[in-house]
Amino acid sequence: MGSEWRRARGCLVSTVSPSVAALRAEFGGAVQRSLVSCGDTVVYVAPERAHDVLAWLRDTPAQNFNYLTDVTAVDYRDPGLPLEVVYQLRSLPRRADLRVKAALDKAAPLEIRSVYDLWRGADWLEREVYDMFGVTFLGHPDLRRILMWETYAEGYPLRKEFPLRGHFSRAEQTRQALAANPEAHYSLEELSIAESYDELPADMRERLARGERGFLK
Amino acid sequence: MGLTNPDPMPINPATEYEGADVTTVSSISPNWVTTKLDFLTNWARANSLWPMPFGTACCAIEYMATAASRFDLARFGMERQSFSPRQADVLICAGRLPFKLAPVIRRIWDQMPQPKWSISMGACASTGGIFDNYSMVQGIDTIIPVDVYVPGCPPRPEGLLYGILLLQKKIKGETIADDMLREEHLVGPSGLFLPAERVDELSEPFGNSVHQTRSA
Repeated sequence: MGSEWRRARGCLVSTVSPSVAALRAEFGGAVQRSLVSCGDTVVYVAPERAHDVLAWLRDTPAQNFNYLTDVTAVDYRDPGLPLEVVYQLRSLPRRADLRVKAALDKAAPLEIRSVYDLWRGADWLEREVYDMFGVTFLGHPDLRRILMWETYAEGYPLRKEFPLRGHFSRAEQTRQALAANPEAHYSLEELSIAESYDELPADMRERLARGERGFLK
Repeated sequence: MGLTNPDPMPINPATEYEGADVTTVSSISPNWVTTKLDFLTNWARANSLWPMPFGTACCAIEYMATAASRFDLARFGMERQSFSPRQADVLICAGRLPFKLAPVIRRIWDQMPQPKWSISMGACASTGGIFDNYSMVQGIDTIIPVDVYVPGCPPRPEGLLYGILLLQKKIKGETIADDMLREEHLVGPSGLFLPAERVDELSEPFGNSVHQTRSA
């Protein structure tokens, strides 16, 4: 219990996660390098194999990373460095963490395959990365801006080349903001559970079919 | 909204607002009747202000403290918090205002009937505060007219109460002889309610944010 718990906490140990060796055995050259940062193991994988690696990490019983904590990205100030897409994984039963990074060359289109089919929670996380960094997630069902409004035309705010105050003048930003229609930001479909009806538990479907509302014991 | 402003009028003839008309003069001069009427209406208005709270950030916490029992807004006639703009007199913007919320506060302001006033509570609502970045309105006075600015980050409840007392003082000085007093400052044909250069001037960085490092 003790050592495993400490490894899960990460802060007390600086050893590489055993998942790295398993990944190297399985994927070979697709695993580029690994390092330990503040107790967290970071694995760099080739972006074209990232989806395969993440699917393997989720589905292999010995890995069992069943929870996607976060999807984010890092843009470095040095323009020669690639933009990194970061997947923070968590295995709830094993109490283990793993950070997987995929480096995208900024000279090429910033594209990577979506992991929405692996973790549904990736939906909004990938939309945020798209909104802030302009990374296109191929296969995402609804890739649009999530924090900025959908007609936002100034670019991707968390890119390093993006000026802090934006590209447009304050008057132009204010004019565009005032021209926006507040009701257009959220569609009714987005707020309804109609689409996920088939995925609801059976008892909830039954109650919805009867037209009941609220929570029943 | 159905609100259009084909020919916006100024609040004062100093070309402050779009389409300022310098030749406009008051149609009635103050006399015994108007001053007595002013006294009565201003007394009633100033002491029964209904606030419309527009709380977006930590200033809203201080606003709630102001409304709660220890500081007690009700002492100043603000017993009823009006969460409907149609029944509100004073819009209190408590907190930073992102550009995404600019059309929302503008619509709430347009929905409020005259007479109406507004208080900009805190550094962010008044100037953008520490958020001199791509997403934040640099002072709500670029979106709606503001009567009283309350400084602070966030202001203490005493600060907001002082701002409310200042607003009451301002209201008690109003007169119906002032034609411009109840003027609606609508968003003009340019899409702004102020001239564009005025918005840029109001939004200019100042203080420490002049020295902040910029990337790129």
